[in-house]
Amino acid sequence: MTDTAADVLGNGHVASHGPPIGAPARPVIQIVPLKGLPVVAVVIGFLIASIGFNWQWGLDFNHVAGGALWTGIDLFVGLVVGPILGRLSIPARAEFSARFMPKMVLLMPTLVAMTLASGFQLALDLGNLKATSPNHSWLIASFIVVGVMAVIALGLLEPANLAVLFEMRKPHPNGEVIAKLMKRFIYTAGITGLMQVATLVIMTRVASQ
Amino acid sequence: MSRTSPQVSLPEAAERRFAPVAELCAAALVLIVVGGIYMASYAPRRAPLGLPVALAVASALLVVASLILLSRTKDLAWDKFFLVGRWTLLSYVIAAGLIEFAFVKDHTRGDPLVLITAMLVLFAVIVPLIISFTVARYQSQRTQPETSA
Repeated sequence: MTDTAADVLGNGHVASHGPPIGAPARPVIQIVPLKGLPVVAVVIGFLIASIGFNWQWGLDFNHVAGGALWTGIDLFVGLVVGPILGRLSIPARAEFSARFMPKMVLLMPTLVAMTLASGFQLALDLGNLKATSPNHSWLIASFIVVGVMAVIALGLLEPANLAVLFEMRKPHPNGEVIAKLMKRFIYTAGITGLMQVATLVIMTRVASQ
Repeated sequence: MSRTSPQVSLPEAAERRFAPVAELCAAALVLIVVGGIYMASYAPRRAPLGLPVALAVASALLVVASLILLSRTKDLAWDKFFLVGRWTLLSYVIAAGLIEFAFVKDHTRGDPLVLITAMLVLFAVIVPLIISFTVARYQSQRTQPETSA
């Protein structure tokens, strides 16, 4: 890898071949960080065991820890990191994204699986899904919120994330393609933020009834 | 159907439009999600199956339509499509299996289990299709050798 992020201009053209003197080397992009896979396997194994044995603490841990991280990361990235990233220079943006996005490829699906699978099991165990439960309608609302987030994440953001990573692996990435794909994150940040705030309201209502 | 990235010049590629494979699959995903929410909202009772069956059939038709369009697509980076497709398929088959496990564990049986299984199969096909098509369509805009990772 001899190219630098500074090679890529916003108009999608390549400024020069080879690294300018003093410019940082562009990081090698591994689309799926293989070192993270064993951690994911352990977390998913823990989740399956918690559901399989109806382990109350395991279900609570998966739901609370997974949900807190999912919501926290989503809001932090959407409301804090995203706007900062938008004001950085294109090379800085490219370098940050090259290191940040592969981690999100593993992290977010794992957190979502932890939260949703354990949450559904907890709702069944605690009787919150029964039509007579005061929490029933709140849980249906949370299903709808999760459904909206799932369609955005699986139908728009994850494909864009991987397409950007593939583009950035090229010696001379096309800035136009990356910018076009990254717009999806900007357009959906507001909806995702709103859904996450709705999740916080719903879950605190459910916990306090 | 060639499985190598096509050699396409940038100006030509920039004007090229692809069939709405990802859009059709996204619509199919919406139908599956709505059906899943409908069925989950009845748990632990048995949900009426009319609406979710209709949604699953409509979703399957959209997937078939998108596969037909995909098979007619020229100049797609098929090597990237299959590379991304097989790994994402593996990961979403695991995810769908996890959800199936949860329903079986919660004593879902009979027709509802068959329907949920069908919906999960669709889910496990739709998401990899969207992801691999999106990657491949942008990879086909111009051909460059990849760096080793």
